[in-house]
Amino acid sequence: MSLLSNTYYQNIFTRVQVRGPDDLGVPIEPGIYARGEKPAHSYWLGKIGDAQLGPFYLGFFGITSIACGLIAFEIIGLNMLASVNWNLKEFVRQLFWLALEPPAPKYGISPFVPLNEGGWWLMAGFFLTASVLLWWARTYNRARALGLGTHVPWAFASAIWLFLVLGFIRPLLMGSWSEAVPFGIFPHLDWTTAFSIRYGNLFYNPFHALSIVFLYGSTLLFAMHAATILAVTRYGGEREIEQIVDRGTAAERAALFWRWTMGFNATMESIHRWAWWFAILTPLTGGIGILLTGTVVDNWYLWAQHHGYAPSYPAVYPPTVDPSLLPGAVK
Amino acid sequence: MSTSRLTSLRLPALVAFGVGLLLAGCEAPPPETKQIGYRGLAMERVSNPRTVAALAEANQAPEVVPPGDRDGPRAAQAYQNVKVLGDLSETEFTRVMVAMTGWVAPGGVAGSDEGQGCSYCHNLNNMADESKYQYKTARRMLQMTRAINSTWTSHVGATGVTCYTCHRGNPIPQQTWFTGAGGPTQTANFAGWRDGQNFPGPKVGFASLPTDPFSALLEKAEQIRVTGLTALPTQQGEPLKTAERTHALMMQMSTGLGVNCTFCHNSRSFGEWADSPPQRASAYHGIRMVRDLNSNYLAPLGAIYPAAKLGPEGDAAKAICSTCHQGVSKPLNGAPMLSDYPELGAPRN
Repeated sequence: MSLLSNTYYQNIFTRVQVRGPDDLGVPIEPGIYARGEKPAHSYWLGKIGDAQLGPFYLGFFGITSIACGLIAFEIIGLNMLASVNWNLKEFVRQLFWLALEPPAPKYGISPFVPLNEGGWWLMAGFFLTASVLLWWARTYNRARALGLGTHVPWAFASAIWLFLVLGFIRPLLMGSWSEAVPFGIFPHLDWTTAFSIRYGNLFYNPFHALSIVFLYGSTLLFAMHAATILAVTRYGGEREIEQIVDRGTAAERAALFWRWTMGFNATMESIHRWAWWFAILTPLTGGIGILLTGTVVDNWYLWAQHHGYAPSYPAVYPPTVDPSLLPGAVK
Repeated sequence: MSTSRLTSLRLPALVAFGVGLLLAGCEAPPPETKQIGYRGLAMERVSNPRTVAALAEANQAPEVVPPGDRDGPRAAQAYQNVKVLGDLSETEFTRVMVAMTGWVAPGGVAGSDEGQGCSYCHNLNNMADESKYQYKTARRMLQMTRAINSTWTSHVGATGVTCYTCHRGNPIPQQTWFTGAGGPTQTANFAGWRDGQNFPGPKVGFASLPTDPFSALLEKAEQIRVTGLTALPTQQGEPLKTAERTHALMMQMSTGLGVNCTFCHNSRSFGEWADSPPQRASAYHGIRMVRDLNSNYLAPLGAIYPAAKLGPEGDAAKAICSTCHQGVSKPLNGAPMLSDYPELGAPRN
């Protein structure tokens, strides 16, 4: 441990691997779960995190979540493989283009869709949703078991909200599964562009704007906080939780740095609330924006003009008239 | 000594590898942007100097055949069985035939016995013989060319087109489409449904969008406009899958013409006409023109084509934007094809 000389923390990479006695966690109430065997260690995991691997906890929610997730993963993957005639080479080559597509509009929100016309998509969506919800229950359950607050489950719930709006709630409100996102890499990106074009440019959706503010804000906060803590670890700043109530020279120097440079500073406590809320609000506002699109707003550009949110600019071209409105136009 | 030298080389080598990896997906030299609208609105024309030069080079109009004398006996009297260009003078008619030979069939089709030069379409023993399908096709194509130059000036303007605009020395233009061709093939009947998309579609910019938006939008006249017309929903709008189909058609426009979206569209709202560049109206008429050509001229010719010339679903080769444009916004760099060949304009009385 004497190797932990402060100079090591001056590097932006963690170069120190601490290999102490195995950490089996806090004492817990007897009987709820007998923790696993002796943990394993990985040198390479130690490069990016803790070298200790385990003990693990699966439990009911863990096992069911992994099972449902695996079923969804298999349905999607095998459908992709079937779409290239079970040709592994083509599967790798076309992987970014492949997808499992939701049903056509004619099926509405019927649960009875022919398997190979979106039925598989419905099934994959069901199992993926089940998997995600069960995993949420697992994070909640495990947090309680350890006597933690439930901050992680609620942050995860915010991401689940956006996921459900995109794939379930909005399609339900629109009355068609075909409105949902395909499971695929490029296809879901093309879906996103088509979605924006269809609804008159998502740029003018204020909730989309809020979501981006929180997303970019999250990265900024993350960078500022991580840099600050790394910079003051030579003064013990990595013990930030203790320093919430027992301010030391690290906290004072960090605070003074930000007061000097931007006139204001967060505290060792408040910075974590900032980060948590920014992270939560990114998918929360984004989900609201998606939910309103098509259900209560059909063209965000026109909506934004109506509310004075989209400015008008000086004309550069002679006014272009929609040719379909001209007399004798070919439709 | 050597070990430390190796170690000292490792970091720069890793950095070089990383930079190489990062830049591997980039186009060289970097694309240029030119402002074409009000400042700050991303109204820009994006181009790559390298490809622009190559495209300009590849889209040169051929040398013009010297003009013929407009006077003299009409072709209809001088030759037998002239049904389309009969209103021309004999020398004008011969001039068009000579030019067509170079435009369409200078070398015939490689490895085929369909003939080349005049014999690609004609029976050399009897030039008026209609038996070759190419003869009947050429006649219909001349009617089409005259129709484009006289009734589709909303798209081709006074520039006009000739056979060369599409053919470029090939009996069959290189950039055509067949229903369902070049897209994913349907495989197992219980899984692997692709819905006609999720495949690097060569005619839609290799996007994963529907690979054949053309059957619905450039042959049939299904709905292209998908953007909501009012701020709030007033009626059942277009589904997202229709929007993806339109998006695919726009990718063909973009790659076919070598332009980005804001060549025609207002960056703030693609559906909005008021602030659109004037090119959008031209594109509107282009779409209607291609529908007319595909449904009235090109598709019906499938009935006389040999099976080898048909697509997987038995349809004839049809036109898309790139058939004429071939990567540039003005085909053949805007060469005045109609004023060079006024014979291909409206029939004279």
